Amino acid sequence: MTISEVKHSHRDSSKPKINWARFEESEDFANTVKLYRQGKYDEDSFRRYRLQHGAYGTRMTNDYAMVRIKIPAGEIYPNQLEKIAQLSEQFSIGSAHVSTRENIQLHWVILEDVSEILRGLAEVGLTSREACGNSVRNVMCSPLSGVCPDEQFDSTPYALATARFFLRNPMAQNLPRKFKFNFTCCEHHGMVRMVDVGLIPQIRDLNGNIQKGFRVFLGGGLGNKSYVGYQLEEFTPEEDLLYTSIAVVRIFDRLGDRKNMARNRMRYLVNDMGWEKFQNLVLKERAIVRATQSVVTRLDVDHTPNEIKNPVRISDESGNPISDGYSRWLKNNTLKQKQSQYYSVFLTLESGDVTSSQLTSLATIVREFSSEGHARTGFVQNIALRYVHEDDLPRLYSKLLAIGLAKSGALTMAAAVGCSGTTSCNLALTNSHRLAKEIQRKFLELKLDQDDDLRDSTIKISGCPNSCAQHGIATIGFFGGGGRVGREMFPNYQMSLGGRSDGETMLGATCHRIPAKRVIPVILKIIELFKKNKKPNDTLQDWIHRIVNGKEDSEIKSVLDMRKVLDPLTIPPTKEEDPDFYSDYGSDSSYHTKTGKGECAA
Amino acid sequence: MCSLSREKIIKTTTDIDSLRSEIRDKSVRVIDVRREDDYKQSHIPNAVNLPLANLLSDDSPERVLKLINTMGIDDETHVVVYDDTFGALASRVAWTLEYLGHNDVSLLETTFSKWKSLGLENDRNIPDMRSSNHSIHLRPEIMATSEYLEIAKDKPEVILIDNRERLNYLEQHIPGAISLPYRTLATPEKILRPKEEMKRLLDNRGISGNSEIITYCGSVGTLSGLAYYALKSVGLPNVKLYVKSFKEWKGLEKPVAKQEDANYWDLSAE
Repeated sequence: MTISEVKHSHRDSSKPKINWARFEESEDFANTVKLYRQGKYDEDSFRRYRLQHGAYGTRMTNDYAMVRIKIPAGEIYPNQLEKIAQLSEQFSIGSAHVSTRENIQLHWVILEDVSEILRGLAEVGLTSREACGNSVRNVMCSPLSGVCPDEQFDSTPYALATARFFLRNPMAQNLPRKFKFNFTCCEHHGMVRMVDVGLIPQIRDLNGNIQKGFRVFLGGGLGNKSYVGYQLEEFTPEEDLLYTSIAVVRIFDRLGDRKNMARNRMRYLVNDMGWEKFQNLVLKERAIVRATQSVVTRLDVDHTPNEIKNPVRISDESGNPISDGYSRWLKNNTLKQKQSQYYSVFLTLESGDVTSSQLTSLATIVREFSSEGHARTGFVQNIALRYVHEDDLPRLYSKLLAIGLAKSGALTMAAAVGCSGTTSCNLALTNSHRLAKEIQRKFLELKLDQDDDLRDSTIKISGCPNSCAQHGIATIGFFGGGGRVGREMFPNYQMSLGGRSDGETMLGATCHRIPAKRVIPVILKIIELFKKNKKPNDTLQDWIHRIVNGKEDSEIKSVLDMRKVLDPLTIPPTKEEDPDFYSDYGSDSSYHTKTGKGECAA
Repeated sequence: MCSLSREKIIKTTTDIDSLRSEIRDKSVRVIDVRREDDYKQSHIPNAVNLPLANLLSDDSPERVLKLINTMGIDDETHVVVYDDTFGALASRVAWTLEYLGHNDVSLLETTFSKWKSLGLENDRNIPDMRSSNHSIHLRPEIMATSEYLEIAKDKPEVILIDNRERLNYLEQHIPGAISLPYRTLATPEKILRPKEEMKRLLDNRGISGNSEIITYCGSVGTLSGLAYYALKSVGLPNVKLYVKSFKEWKGLEKPVAKQEDANYWDLSAE
C-alpha cells in the first residue's frame, strides 16, 4: 500500500497504517538456514545475514536465536499483539520481552523456526529486518509523543517516516556499526543525548512565520564507553530533517571505524575527531546532500491525524468493585494527557516480560479502551495505552487486574530495568534480568512506589559493561561482573550514582562494587540515608545529584562518603556462613563467570 | 488382513461438516473423551463418553478391547474422537484404538468448545450402545517403550521429538531429542495446522522422509499423541509414540540432557 492510498482510504483506527514486512524474506531466511546447515554458507556471512534479519544469537548455543521484532515509534496494534502472543506460544517460551528500545523480543527460538516467525509477523505487517546488525535500528519515539503536555508538536509521523526511509535502504545495509535514532516529545521524556541521532520537536517563530523543526543531538550513546550527544545547531527545520539524517549516516558510513569492533559506534568517531570538526563535516555534507538528492527523495511524513474515537463498548455493569489498589495504580501508572479527559496508562511489567495470554487479553483491552486504537511500547521495558477516557479508568483497572497487568509502579522507581542478562545473552556475566524483578517486588512489597520522594529516580541493571539496560543514565545504576574471595566467585555489580538523560544528561559516577545478593539492602540503605539527610521538598534524585556534584552539605558529601557508609554491606561472608551469597539469582549452584562470543559488532 | 481389499484413505482429522453428515447418516461412532460431568452437561449428538482418565486407569489391550466392545465399535466402525483440550486427550484415545488394531479412527478437527461456539448441535442424550466384537491386532510398530528408546535414540536415522513446552525442554530432556512444543502444531481455530503449513514447518526442522520418528511428552502421551497425529497428517510413514514419556524415563533414572549455563526460566512472566 502506498502512502497516498493510506491517506485517502477510510482508516480503521485499530488496523496498522504501515506494512513494514516483506513475505519473501521469510522464505529466503528458511532457505539460507538450510544452506548454512549444509555447510554451504560460511559462519561469518551467515551471522551477518541472520542479524540483518533480526535474529540474534543465544547464550552458549548455536541452535537458538532471539528474534527482535521492530516496533517503529513503538506503535503496536491489537492484531499485532495477538500475533506476537501466538508466535511466542508456538515458537518461543510463552512469554515475550519488551526491550528498552521499543522492540519486542522472542527468546529461545529454534533457528529453523525463525522463518516461521518472520512469516507470522509479515501477516500483520511487522518485521524484524535490521533490528540487529550494522544497520539503522528501530526508530524510537517517546511513548508520550502526541499527548505530552510539554511537547511543541507530535514527532511520531517523523519517526515513522524516518523508519520507512531507512528500512531496507541500500545506504544503511552495511554501516560500520549499528545506528540509532530517538525522537521524543520534550526534554524530559526522551533520551535524545544518549543516541546517535536524538531529536526534540521545536517550533520557531521567525518574524511571525511559524516553522516546525527539531533540535538535533549527535554522537551520544551508552556502552562500554558512553558519551553525551552534541546539539548540531540551534534549530533544524523539518525540511532539513532527512538531509541531515542522510548526511550523518553517510559520514558515519565513510569515516566510521570498520576495524576496531569495540570502538566503531559513531560516538567514537565524533570523540576522536572532535565535535567542531564533526559538526562542520555534517553541515557541509548536508549541503551536498541537499544539492544532489533528487527531488523525490524526501521524507514521506503522513500528517493525517490519528482517528480518536470512543470505541463501541459492550456495557459491563456487572458491578466492578474498585479494589484498594486502584488509587495506588492511578497515581503510579497514569498520566494526564494534553487532551482533556484523556489519560495515558503505563503497564508495570517485570523486566519487560509479558506472557502470551496477557498479550492476547491486552489486545482486546486496547480495542476496548484506547481511543486511538493501538498501544505504544515505551523506553523502559513497558507498554502504554493512550487516549483512555478518564471515566473508563476504573473499569480498565479491573480488566488489567484480571490478567495480572494492574501492578502499581510503572512510572516510579519501582520499575527497575534489567537487560536479559544470563537468561539468554552470550555476553552476560550476571542475572541482571532477575535482579531487576526482585528489586521491583521488594519495592512494591514495601510500598516504595507510593513515595513521592523516590518517584523521579530510576534503577537500571545491565548484566555486563555493555549498557543494554542503560545503567549509565540511572539514578542508581548497576552492571554485572564477577567478584572473588580466594578461589570462590560471587556475582558482583559495579554501582554508579546520579546518571540522568534529561536536559542535564550525565553519566552516573562510579561508587562501589556491590555483591548481587547485597544490591537490595544497599538500595534500601541509600534510601534510608536520604530520608535521614533530605531537605524539605528534596527528592532522592536531587539529593544524589548534589552528592555526585559535590554540592551536598550533610553527612554524605561525596561519592566517596557514600562508598564508606556502604562498605560494611559489601564485605563477603564466608561460604560456610552464607552459601547463598555465592550463587546468582535463579541458580542454586556456585557462581562462575562464563560468556560466549558477543555479536553486537558482527 | 481381511479388510485390505476395501482399504480406504483414513484422514488424520475429520472436518466439522463431514462429521455432521456422518452423524446424520449414523455412519460414525463419536467418542467424547472429556470428564463424565462435562459429557453429561452436553456433547455432540450420539457421542459416547470415554474419559481419558478412565482409559488410563488400565489401558491394557484386554481392558481397551472390553471398552470398545461396550461402545459398539467393531473392526469396520468409523470412529471420530474429540476433546476440549486442543486435541491432545483425543489423540491419546485415538492412538490407543490404533494400537489395538483399529485403523479407522480420526480426530475432530476442532474442540468441543469451538464446536459449541459455532452454534452447532449438541445435546445431553446418551445413545444406546449395542456391544460389538472387535478383534485384536496389536501394532507394536507405533509404540516405543523405554527399552526400545534407549537403543533407538542413538541411531542417526531416528528422530526423537519432545513435545513439552520450550522451557521444560531446556531444563531437561531425553538426550538427542529435539524440541517441538505442542502449541507449534495447532492454529487458533484447528487442533492441527493445515497440511501444507505443517509440512513446511517440519521440513524446516528436518523432520521428513522415511526417518523413524518417536514422540514423547511429560507423562502419559497426550501432547505427544497430538504430535503423533500431526506427523501422520503430512504422511510421515514411521511414527512411534513413547507413551509413558518423560515421567517414566525420569523414574527409571535414565540419562537426561540440559541446556546449561543460562537462567532461561527468569525470562518467563508466568
